[in-house]
Amino acid sequence: MTDSRNAATLTLDPGGNAPSLLLRGLRKSFGDVVAVDGLDLEVARGECFGLLGPNGAGKTTTIEICEGLTEADAGSVELLGLDWRTGAGELRQRIGVQLQETQFPDKLTVEETLRLFRSFYRRGISVDESVQRAQLEEKRGARVGTLSGGQKQRLAMACALVGDPELLFLDEPTTGLDPQARRHLWNLVDALKQAGRTIILTTHYMEEAERLCDRVAIMDHGRVITQGTTQQLIASLGAEHVVEFAVAERQAGKLDVAPLLAIPGVQSHRVDAGLHQLSVGELHTAVPSIFAALDGQGLELSEFRTHSATLEDVFVSLTGRTLRDE
Amino acid sequence: MNRLESSSLFQLTSMRFRLFLREPEAVFWTFIFPILLAVGLGIAFRNRPADVLQVGATTAQLSQALAADKGLTATTMDEAAGTRALATGSILLLAIQRPEGIEYKFDDTNTDARTARLLADRAIQTAAGRREAVRAENQLVHETGARYIDFVVPGLLGMNLMGSAMWGLVFPLVEARQKKLLKRMVASPMPRWQYLASFLLSRLLLLVIEVAVFLGFAGLAFGVPFRGPLWELALLCVLTSVAFSALGLLVSSRARTMEAASGLLNLVMLPMWILSGIFFSASRFPAAIQPLVRALPLTAANDALRGNMLQGMSLGQLAAPVAILLAWAAAAFAVSLRIFRWR
Ligand SMILES: Nc1ncnc2c1ncn2[C@@H]1O[C@H](COP(=O)(O)OP(=O)(O)OP(=O)(O)O)[C@@H](O)[C@H]1O
Ligand SMILES: [Mg+2]
Repeated sequence: MTDSRNAATLTLDPGGNAPSLLLRGLRKSFGDVVAVDGLDLEVARGECFGLLGPNGAGKTTTIEICEGLTEADAGSVELLGLDWRTGAGELRQRIGVQLQETQFPDKLTVEETLRLFRSFYRRGISVDESVQRAQLEEKRGARVGTLSGGQKQRLAMACALVGDPELLFLDEPTTGLDPQARRHLWNLVDALKQAGRTIILTTHYMEEAERLCDRVAIMDHGRVITQGTTQQLIASLGAEHVVEFAVAERQAGKLDVAPLLAIPGVQSHRVDAGLHQLSVGELHTAVPSIFAALDGQGLELSEFRTHSATLEDVFVSLTGRTLRDE
Repeated sequence: MNRLESSSLFQLTSMRFRLFLREPEAVFWTFIFPILLAVGLGIAFRNRPADVLQVGATTAQLSQALAADKGLTATTMDEAAGTRALATGSILLLAIQRPEGIEYKFDDTNTDARTARLLADRAIQTAAGRREAVRAENQLVHETGARYIDFVVPGLLGMNLMGSAMWGLVFPLVEARQKKLLKRMVASPMPRWQYLASFLLSRLLLLVIEVAVFLGFAGLAFGVPFRGPLWELALLCVLTSVAFSALGLLVSSRARTMEAASGLLNLVMLPMWILSGIFFSASRFPAAIQPLVRALPLTAANDALRGNMLQGMSLGQLAAPVAILLAWAAAAFAVSLRIFRWR
């Protein structure tokens, strides 16, 4: 059996230059609900790709179609140059899967669970090593039912890794983890990236996508609304900063937006629950002008802050909604 | 890791086995419960010495004549009191002295009362001087194999084989589906047939313990007979378990929740608990529904087990119930593999 020491020198099959994942015109409805609505994606080998989007955007459906668990209504799926109709057996050996929600049997121990999953793969890492990678050494002999949520998540991750996959699907791998466990998982993903694995993950956390992913696609209502590197997406806003302010309550509604938009460097304005947001290119010149303009209207501010634009702002500017408000 | 340990079928089967043993309730229902039931029934239906029957008579002379029979105890009472005693069941028969002879008052739909009538009449006629025309002797036998416990043990075995196979498949499968574990399993390269086969294999392993413990107990504690070849009995147990495992697979093939599954399970098992002759013979049901009763897998299983244990019938003689069990197994497997929902 192949050991993980060979991991870095993984031999790819001939034709191994095909993208790790190629989706074309993917569609899937559940009754009236269109979960995936004409999706195209391409993920190169060795890339870490993030799927972002609000609840119900269709991330899980997309990823489960890729994993061969859900049949698409239309479109084509190609993984590692293979497709599910002809290469299912081979593909299952070469991909690793973590589902959004899986409860492993409570009464098996961590080690027994991993040994079971290990037995399904022709090659892979040893049970010891998967325990160690998921930092579950202390819980090795513990029943799954006694693990904390984060530990269970790590076990799910370990089960996904035990076959030493070339292509790894992680559906919300860090949801419900504490910051430390999350950072630990990030390190694990980093190590896999180093080893040349392709990783496709979904997340609600923008900072996670920014930290881990080489490229991201933002999904909404079953479509990809934009994709690219984090920097590209943020740059597409045309403004690297966001100024947020709120007007004192009794003056709410008195604000005239036009003078603000006239300030050089201010790209756009939107308001959400009384909080005004301006996309701004150059903070040092724009901020004094913004203060002056608000002052000129005789408005009193109850809040004022700035931050660097994030993927969240990209989503907001594209949909007019925030990512987590649904 | 050696070869056995790296075999997925071995791992899956030993997982099932471990999960079963770590479930105390399952262990109780499979191993302990049938024994408790057999003990309870053995005590309730143990063969008592023949009962002495209570009768009444209107004169002391009649009472004396009746009391001469060991099977009767007689009380003297007037007709009104005797009628009341009859109504409340404290006597089975009242012998009334009439000028023209004796009148017996009793309920002829009650078997004991009819027996009392025969005994009472014989006692009174004998006291009056009747002589037997033919000399008769009694030779008493209490044969094993004809007792209630002998009848009920194969029935309990069949019931237990049904219960453990059905619960043993339906609950873990539906739970795995509900918890998305099934989906996770099929996302791995695990061969699907192995997952299902592991249930059958672990079931057959448990069967050995289950059947040996129960029948061993029944044999030692009650002397229940094993007249047929033991290996054929073992084969019948395996066949029964396989047929009910197939049925369990069918029940669990679509259900997404435990509630749906237990409803379905009761729907399937309840008719068999009633109709299939566990506690009393299935032939008591009216002829009109006999074809249905006979077609049920538990009836076939019970018939086959009784045929082997009590009558010493060979597999050849049990071809009909065996064929019914095989048909159920094949049909249920075929359908459930076709409609099984893996997610
Ligand atoms: N099995 C199903 N039956 C019916 N509708 C479904 C099913 N699976 C998904 N849907 C619907 O499809 C849409 C997309 O769901 P999906 O699970 O892909 O979203 P998601 O982006 O993963 O959301 P989340 O961030 O909450 O996990 C939702 O509206 C959901 O209700
Ligand atoms: Mg999801």
